[in-house]
Amino acid sequence: MSAQTALMQEKAGRSGPDLNTQALHMDARRESLRLLALLSPSLLLVFAIIIVPIGWLFWLSLFDEAGAFSPANYARFFEQASYIKTFITTFKVAFIVTGACVLLGYPLAYMLSQLPRRAASICLIFVILPFWTSVLVRTYAWLVILQRKGLINSWLIDLGVISQPLSLANNFSGVVIGMTHILLPFLVLPLYASMKTIDTDCLRAGMNLGADPAATFRQIFFPLSLPGLASGVVIVFVLCLGFFVTPALMGGGKVIMWAMRMEQTTSLYSNWGAGAALGVVLLVVTLALLGLFQWLLGARATGVWSSR
Amino acid sequence: MSIAPSALPIGMRGIEKRFGSVPVLRDLNLDVEAGEFLTLLGPSGSGKTTLLMILAGFVRANAGSIRVGGDEIITTPPHKRNIGMVFQNYALFPHMNVFHNIAFPLKQRGVAAAETAERVEKALDLVKLQGLGERRVDQLSGGQRQRVALARAIVFEPRIVLMDEPLSALDKGLREHMQIELRSLHRRLGMTTVYVTHDQREAITMSDRIAVMNAGRIEQLDKPESLYSRPQTQFVAGFIGESNFIPVECRNGSVWYEERRIHTAAATPAAGQYLMVVRPEKLRLLANAEPTSGVNVLNATLSDIIYQGDSFVCYAVLRDGRQLTLRDYCRSDVLAKMPAPGHPVSFGLDAQDTILVAAD
Repeated sequence: MSAQTALMQEKAGRSGPDLNTQALHMDARRESLRLLALLSPSLLLVFAIIIVPIGWLFWLSLFDEAGAFSPANYARFFEQASYIKTFITTFKVAFIVTGACVLLGYPLAYMLSQLPRRAASICLIFVILPFWTSVLVRTYAWLVILQRKGLINSWLIDLGVISQPLSLANNFSGVVIGMTHILLPFLVLPLYASMKTIDTDCLRAGMNLGADPAATFRQIFFPLSLPGLASGVVIVFVLCLGFFVTPALMGGGKVIMWAMRMEQTTSLYSNWGAGAALGVVLLVVTLALLGLFQWLLGARATGVWSSR
Repeated sequence: MSIAPSALPIGMRGIEKRFGSVPVLRDLNLDVEAGEFLTLLGPSGSGKTTLLMILAGFVRANAGSIRVGGDEIITTPPHKRNIGMVFQNYALFPHMNVFHNIAFPLKQRGVAAAETAERVEKALDLVKLQGLGERRVDQLSGGQRQRVALARAIVFEPRIVLMDEPLSALDKGLREHMQIELRSLHRRLGMTTVYVTHDQREAITMSDRIAVMNAGRIEQLDKPESLYSRPQTQFVAGFIGESNFIPVECRNGSVWYEERRIHTAAATPAAGQYLMVVRPEKLRLLANAEPTSGVNVLNATLSDIIYQGDSFVCYAVLRDGRQLTLRDYCRSDVLAKMPAPGHPVSFGLDAQDTILVAAD
């Protein structure tokens, strides 16, 4: 075989399906490079404002006040009762506020989802309206309403319902009321969105097949609204765990939550290592909870639950 | 499976429905015989779906009466009506598997678990979905979902089943297959069925009787054959099958078109203006020398011929500018009579094929 025929054969081979495979491969590479290029600004941003600070936080938490490498910041959680108390308070507030948001938010979202489109969008504006004011302003407004000589107490006393003012602010109930108000839209909005996607024909089918309205709600509407409820609950719960402004102002110094503890540790005692450890613990616990939630939902999805 | 030991008739009297000030149904009367497959056929906005919703109880009529068997049900809430329904988009419960979807009506009726399992199995069998009980709804094809919806609507042995365009989401081949299957299922189970569609071919294929609806009224209620061969209004003639309309006049006991007498088989109606309904397949090409005694001859100019393989369609224009359509099979004797486009052509219409309707 001469060198010329070998060259010709090679050329023939390259021009066949081989050439196309190579071109496809090149296209795929080019496509992924392009995607990477488009994503790189946001990836850089994520790296700069999330990965770096968290890494730094973790790094800081490993050094004690003297600057020596030690596990002292984490050991403190088990040694000091006040830390455990703060931890418990934080979760207690988060559970109660989330529960209150569900109790208030579910019927509200249900009503919104059943209203005609126009009326629903008007009502939704009232749900979203508080977002336009700062949390600080709204918290002070609650203080004005709830304090010893506030609106509620003076009305109730004037009406003769009570003789002594109720202690509604500067304590645990004040924190719960304030946080529930601020976090309610975070539950209502995802829940409303998921309720809107429930096919009304499914509810009609339920009734047609013999389920009375209550049974139709229980067996069809409620299960179908659960994914929306779950995402609302997760958002509210996680926001509760790290909430600062409202408990700081409404708690009257009696309700110490995790974020307040962090603030004290860093700005009052300038113990950055201990503050960082608090942050790391909160982050880990939150992630663990989210993971647990995901796992629970995932387990349901593999059963008779649709992944919708 | 013993469904419908005694199918029930439905009697609707004076049904009125307005949405706001817009009337949707006007003084509607309809009797559905026990065990009958009756189709409500009409264009969108004719009120057919509203009527079905009133029957199911999802929409309350403003006035009227609905009797099922001997019982008045106009105020009965939907969950107590015991009427099966197949929805247009199937409305399967996405959070339940096939078994639980079909078992749902049995669960509401407190049927024991063992019997439920048995009846669901039979229903799955009936719709040819054996062994798919554990499937999730989103793992099913459109045709399978359709069958699950059907099984769910009949598993509790309702004596009336309503269907709201159940086949409209399926592709053509599957739709035609399901039409035959629904029909034979109805023959086997014998439940009174009210079916809604806007597809006239589907209605003709499946129904015992068809109620053609237009603007909230029933225009004509008849067997499919009668509806096609003897439409009573221009709307029905235009909606069912293809038609050309030719204006004719009745006077002195005979029918006239452009000063030529039209032979008709039926008795001549009262004097006045009418429309003659001309179906494309009832026309035939006439050769020049063909005898035409007793046949209505329509002279026109051939404008176009569309070849369709087994058949062809001829478009011709009458002297007054009206279009006339002829459809016939591609036989050599027919093709031999065909003039070229632009040339005069004569169509024959037999006396028994002339249909007169009042102009709308």
